[in-house]
Amino acid sequence: MASEEQVKNSAFDTEAANCLVKELRGTVVAGKTKSYEWRVKQLKSLLKMVEERDKQICDALFSDLSKPEMEAFIHEIALIKNSCKLSLKKLKEWMKPEKVKTTLSTFPSSAEIVPEPLGVVLVISAWNYPFCIWECCCSEALRNCSSHVFIAENLLEEYLDNSAIKVVEGGVPETSALLEQKWDKIFYTGNGRIGRVVMAAAAKHLTPVVLELGGKSPVVVDSNIDLTVTARRIIGGKWACNNGQACVAPDYIITTKQFAPKLIDSIKHELVKFYGEDPLNSPDISRVVNSNHFARLSKLLDDDRVSGKIVHGGQTDKSSLKIAPTIVLDAEEDSLIMHEEIFGPLLLVVTVEKIEDGIDFINSRSKPLAAYIFTNNKQLKQDFVSNISSGAIVVNDISLHLMVDTLPFGGVGESGTGAYHGKFSFDAFTHKKAVLHRSFLGDAPARYPPYTAGKLRLLKALLDGSIFGIIRALFGFS
Amino acid sequence: MEDDHGVRRSVEELRQTFKSGKTRGVDWRKSQLRAILRLIEENKDNFYKLLQSELGKHPVESYRDEIGIVKKSVDLALSCIDQWMSPKKGWLPLLFLPASRKLLSEPLGVVLIIGSWNFPISLILDPLIGAISAGNTVVLKPSELAPNCSSFLAKLLPVYLDSKAIKVIEGGREVSNQLLEYKWDKIFFTGSVKVGKVVMAAAAKHLTPVTLELGGKCPAIFDSLPNADIKVATKRVASGKWGACCGQACIGVDYMLVEQKIATTLIEELKKTIKTFYGDDVRNLKNMSKIINKFHFDRLRNLLEDPAVANCIVYGGSFDEKNLIIEPTILLDPPLNAEIMNEEIFGPLLPIITLDDIKESIEFINSKSKPLALYAFTKNENFKKQILTETSSGSVTFNDTMIQFACDDLPFGGVGQSGFGRYHGKYSFDAFSHEKAVLERSFYFELEPRHPPWNNFKLEFLRLAYNYDYVGLVLLLLGLKKPLSS
Repeated sequence: MASEEQVKNSAFDTEAANCLVKELRGTVVAGKTKSYEWRVKQLKSLLKMVEERDKQICDALFSDLSKPEMEAFIHEIALIKNSCKLSLKKLKEWMKPEKVKTTLSTFPSSAEIVPEPLGVVLVISAWNYPFCIWECCCSEALRNCSSHVFIAENLLEEYLDNSAIKVVEGGVPETSALLEQKWDKIFYTGNGRIGRVVMAAAAKHLTPVVLELGGKSPVVVDSNIDLTVTARRIIGGKWACNNGQACVAPDYIITTKQFAPKLIDSIKHELVKFYGEDPLNSPDISRVVNSNHFARLSKLLDDDRVSGKIVHGGQTDKSSLKIAPTIVLDAEEDSLIMHEEIFGPLLLVVTVEKIEDGIDFINSRSKPLAAYIFTNNKQLKQDFVSNISSGAIVVNDISLHLMVDTLPFGGVGESGTGAYHGKFSFDAFTHKKAVLHRSFLGDAPARYPPYTAGKLRLLKALLDGSIFGIIRALFGFS
Repeated sequence: MEDDHGVRRSVEELRQTFKSGKTRGVDWRKSQLRAILRLIEENKDNFYKLLQSELGKHPVESYRDEIGIVKKSVDLALSCIDQWMSPKKGWLPLLFLPASRKLLSEPLGVVLIIGSWNFPISLILDPLIGAISAGNTVVLKPSELAPNCSSFLAKLLPVYLDSKAIKVIEGGREVSNQLLEYKWDKIFFTGSVKVGKVVMAAAAKHLTPVTLELGGKCPAIFDSLPNADIKVATKRVASGKWGACCGQACIGVDYMLVEQKIATTLIEELKKTIKTFYGDDVRNLKNMSKIINKFHFDRLRNLLEDPAVANCIVYGGSFDEKNLIIEPTILLDPPLNAEIMNEEIFGPLLPIITLDDIKESIEFINSKSKPLALYAFTKNENFKKQILTETSSGSVTFNDTMIQFACDDLPFGGVGQSGFGRYHGKYSFDAFSHEKAVLERSFYFELEPRHPPWNNFKLEFLRLAYNYDYVGLVLLLLGLKKPLSS
């Protein structure tokens, strides 16, 4: 994924990365970023940036991905705005120490959990070009680092505190230079191969990581459903979200042999309603991000074991990097498309005898970031929710969980570790410090040597938290 | 035995067990937790004997730091597990309705727990309680440096616990390396920074999440205190330095920071405490654990070998090589560039660093890597606040030592070089669980503006929806509000 930018001027080497980290660490040590006021100011600036420059951001997205303004609005601008607003509203509450209970064994005492920023953190965003270096705390700002960061550099510099937040653009050499440095957290969004490289680099400095990866997210479609709504929601999640180039986009559909033709017909029908007869020229659909990905996707389709199975679409236009919404029915099990994450406008349909077999099919592969099911069958729904391990499960819709701030967004197994969104984003960049306050009173001599049998009894009672036992031990009964 | 020490077969069997779904049921989890309780109850005398012979731990110390801790964790897990396992429901914005959301905790799968030798029982069984509560299958790798405890656990666990789901694999570095080749769903490691890096690098190959419980130099700040409090405070320092496995504890006090003017009082008081607690004859110390092995004994002796350091000894400093015993030793102002002030001591040597002003301790601590625990004895509320906000550590304990470990509601874990991830109480359950986000929708009430073809009406609709501006939405739908052209 990360090769096309290699020949860029690599003025940003290890030394430059080192300087940059030093500068940021200086800012952290100065303590400036810890204050509530600083965080609020940055969040407000970010919000202002998105509000004032939404047109500019949309234009950039259009030129990079020919993303329709509407899509840009739903998936980028609105998301950032919402999370900024949520953070602004909740930040004070999130920053408050949390009082917790103490036990009899530590009596008299009080305990709290104090959130503190981790320090200097590295956020590596998708599409490998741009890296935002974000300094702790205002993690919500992070949402900024999805695809539109192509233009983010100059905008961020204009709006945010440059002594604490830096943007480095570049490809492999720049990333490597950054990864050699010691960070207090690395937040990476991308694929599993680079995810492994990032985590191995982090291991050298014992840096904790959040890995937001992808995987083949399945959609199980039962036959007892509202067909039109299902088709529309699948299209909405697949082609209306960056044309399938989203980590939570449906990768393949599992349905029964009998139901597959009906479902495919319905999707075809709705696709025409959405994008017209000539989707390559529809203004409402994004293109493929670059020629590398275009070539990768074309190769998936050109496979002999796949090309005969195309039941819809398949048109490509190399000059405009557009690929029409394409449906492939029952590709051969050993073809590449059945194993690689598609990350593009191709949708697989896998048929099974009984819909329940879908669960085994999904479990025979690595854990996906999201798993979807459309059904009205309560038992099936329950089995799906309890037997499928994935980052998230959405019943009867696609990708909508992304919009729910109170749900953590993140993967499990091959789809990554760690989660963010809403309060979870704040937590991802926060260390929860355990704090215990004791007074000088209430010193149980049993803790200290010289040890005796009576002390053992008292300790047992203390750790058990049994008041009766403590009294007995103190009076020497046992 | 096969050349891979049966590792492959064990891991495959555990994966089969996990797939069968047996470990997911709450009944299985509770039965295993109860079995642990029975295991420690019925064998506690054996444990005391083992710990005494292997580490010279007094039974009271063994109960306080190992057996009692495990018992307390099991009791808590048994009483809370139903609550921990129940899905967490929450509200959704009106816009999403009809829909429901919940967070479902599910087991991660097959997990590896690597223990440490200083608390060879509790640092294996305590994380195990979390792993079982969360419904995982588990491989335990006890430390080979406490071989008798390790083999006792290997013998005992299959008798009490479900051996198809929980296995003990014994061995040294070779076996550890073999274990690390496999794909785990979680690795929980307690040990040194050096090995922690190896574990994490191995985990990266399979994208396995890790919890690293490491150590570091835990400082104790000692502010000026009234006389009565000094007595209590020194007891607590002594207990945090020498009382837990003879300083071989990751949250033990490593060094102290005091103002010059009270150093003498502190040292006198510490000497008195040592005499009451442990006696003053190195050949006949009571209630003190020994050093785990010759290697660590020599390592500690070497720390004192530097003449500049040896000159600073104000108390103790004698060794009993045959029995691997080192006397409680106090050093006053050893050179800051000496190894003893830069490596984690992990033994009964206590450097005391004097400062002109106790406030300088903050800068001193910040010049080193983040410790697992920070202790401060002070009655000055402002200073407390300053310590809390200006330093970073896994935990902060005011006016006591070690005791934060026993507080179930506090997460236990490090930050920076002292590790990451946390456990104890509910946090142990979370460390071995994946919180799955579940959103459920119905087919009614489809919001057409979600879908293309796009137009200004839909854009305006979404703008209002994202602001949760329901009045605006109604006006727009009634045609009373004009979509903005953009």
